[in-house]
Amino acid sequence: MSLIEIKDVDFLYREQENKALSGVNLSIEKGEFISIIGSNGSGKSTLAKLLNVLLVPTKGQVFVDGFDSSDPENVWKIRQKVGMVFQNPDNQLVATTVEDDVAFGPENLALPSDQIRERVDKSLEMVGMGGYQSHPPHELSGGQKQRIAIAGIIAMLPDCVVLDEPTAMLDPMGRKEVLKTIKYLNEEEGITVILITHFMEETIFSDRIVVMDGGEIKEIDKPAKIFQNIELIKNAGLDVPVAVQMANELRSSGLNLPEVMDIEELVNALC
Amino acid sequence: MLVELKDITHVYNQYNPIVALKDINLSISKHEFIGLIGHTGSGKSTLVQLLNGLIEPTSGNVLYEDEDIFSDKKRLKFIRQKVGLVFQYPEHQLFEESIYDDIAFGPKNLGLKKEEIKNRVKESLELVGLDYDNFKDRSPFNLSGGQQRRVAIAGVLALKPEILILDEPSAGLDPSGRNNLLELLRHLHQDINITIILISHRMEEVAKLATRVIVMDEGRIVLDGNPAEVFSEEKRLRELDLDLPAVTSILHNLKSKGLPVRTDIFDITEAKDEIINELKKNVPEEKRLC
Ligand SMILES: Nc1ncnc2c1ncn2[C@@H]1O[C@H](COP(=O)(O)OP(=O)(O)OP(=O)(O)O)[C@@H](O)[C@H]1O
Ligand SMILES: Nc1ncnc2c1ncn2[C@@H]1O[C@H](COP(=O)(O)OP(=O)(O)O)[C@@H](O)[C@H]1O
Ligand SMILES: [Mg+2]
Ligand SMILES: [Mg+2]
Repeated sequence: MSLIEIKDVDFLYREQENKALSGVNLSIEKGEFISIIGSNGSGKSTLAKLLNVLLVPTKGQVFVDGFDSSDPENVWKIRQKVGMVFQNPDNQLVATTVEDDVAFGPENLALPSDQIRERVDKSLEMVGMGGYQSHPPHELSGGQKQRIAIAGIIAMLPDCVVLDEPTAMLDPMGRKEVLKTIKYLNEEEGITVILITHFMEETIFSDRIVVMDGGEIKEIDKPAKIFQNIELIKNAGLDVPVAVQMANELRSSGLNLPEVMDIEELVNALC
Repeated sequence: MLVELKDITHVYNQYNPIVALKDINLSISKHEFIGLIGHTGSGKSTLVQLLNGLIEPTSGNVLYEDEDIFSDKKRLKFIRQKVGLVFQYPEHQLFEESIYDDIAFGPKNLGLKKEEIKNRVKESLELVGLDYDNFKDRSPFNLSGGQQRRVAIAGVLALKPEILILDEPSAGLDPSGRNNLLELLRHLHQDINITIILISHRMEEVAKLATRVIVMDEGRIVLDGNPAEVFSEEKRLRELDLDLPAVTSILHNLKSKGLPVRTDIFDITEAKDEIINELKKNVPEEKRLC
């Protein structure tokens, strides 16, 4: 069985006429890097919230590591397996030191304090923030704060991290740092990553991209395939990464270019 | 001068002081389109909140048409209408029960007639790409992130301000929403002569639209010039945790690998033509990809 199984899921918010999700089917394997893209209101965040049981489906089922999310007995098990990171880093940090912030989750698990300490140190190391234990979070940059929020999730030893637009509020450097951290956690630590983003260029590293529109999944495929499907991208209100766009322009002017996904590949192909 | 900041210093927290702005002097003329960039915490949001009087500077003066905006309460109300500010976090700007009431709030305060208020609400929702009939009665709190952003922008457009300030307005917008917003800003600036200040972490937005780019660091203005000037400072921008627009970055990389392309281009089609031209001039025919 896959780590995550979403089966025929509909979701309707209370007092709303239109379903936020309809007929959604998706399986995610352990260790995968999945990106979810789609226009505003297409259902991405709703889908994310189903994964760690902030919401349960109106119809259909969500299984995490075999546990059915509609069974109240499973809620805490699933939340420990699937951690969530949100857009605004300021709303996610609560304590007065980085260390206390990251320790918040493990403390709730009532672990012995030396184990908590070990997890905190290891998590901070993993997000590239080792040594910041006693810093006050509010003095950090946006990218650093977001990495502390990620460390807080990692400290729970989840199988999967869902990040809902984690770079939306960050400056270019912060965005790079967070993206590098996400890639590291997936590639080196084997954590399953589900990344929701409006930055198309952030998705090119993923194993698969899920395209959502109007509460439905329109397509699931490798990045190169998705960004070749200009019709799909247009209809869903999306875009292609600038390097891909430039390569397309150059090709239509007669240049014979191989497939490229980012600036480095494009420049290497050109000279 | 339309707006001026004179010797501004701003300090948050009396007891545990944080100096957010230091010795800022800045003049903004009518019809400029300013792109304001800088890493998080550099002081951008503080600066624009001064401009519409949301916060009062610790020292220095904020002038609108040569008069201090804090001279009296009445003037401040006038300033809030003239200088429209879209907040960094849209959820901080939404407070009414329905989207209609939320957008109507500003125009109502201006004492406009019912009919005119309705027209403005309709028009503003259309401008941000939300269907009036579908959205007018919904609660602004039960929306997706990007929809909330759109409502917050509509609320400020409905005021018809002289200066429109947007604090990271495209954060959370989907690509087509972002393109539409940029088109809208271009239209407001070029056809209706509105003065615009756009804070953004997306260098391409700033490069494409701004007539002047201002870069902040540690509460100070460290670069101020037209897009071509500012984005020629690649090394400096990286030191400041910033970046080049993607198109410009491609050109810089090609140049450093020996292809003598211009690097002051921000438009993708123009950049493509430049690359093709230089490839034809510099690469021998048998080695060319085309
Ligand atoms: N709390 C809520 N109550 C009622 N309707 C909601 C609520 N949250 C979201 N919706 C609606 O559900 C649909 C899907 O919203 P969702 O937040 O999942 O979109 P999204 O893809 O995450 O969009 P964005 O890119 O703007 O974040 C939208 O039509 C939205 O208006
Ligand atoms: N309301 C506030 N109270 C205390 N400090 C603040 C407040 N708002 C901003 N600051 C601090 O002022 C500095 C500048 O912040 P801000 O203007 O928000 O920068 P930017 O918008 O460029 O990210 C930062 O050090 C920030 O932490
Ligand atoms: Mg969302
Ligand atoms: Mg800000």
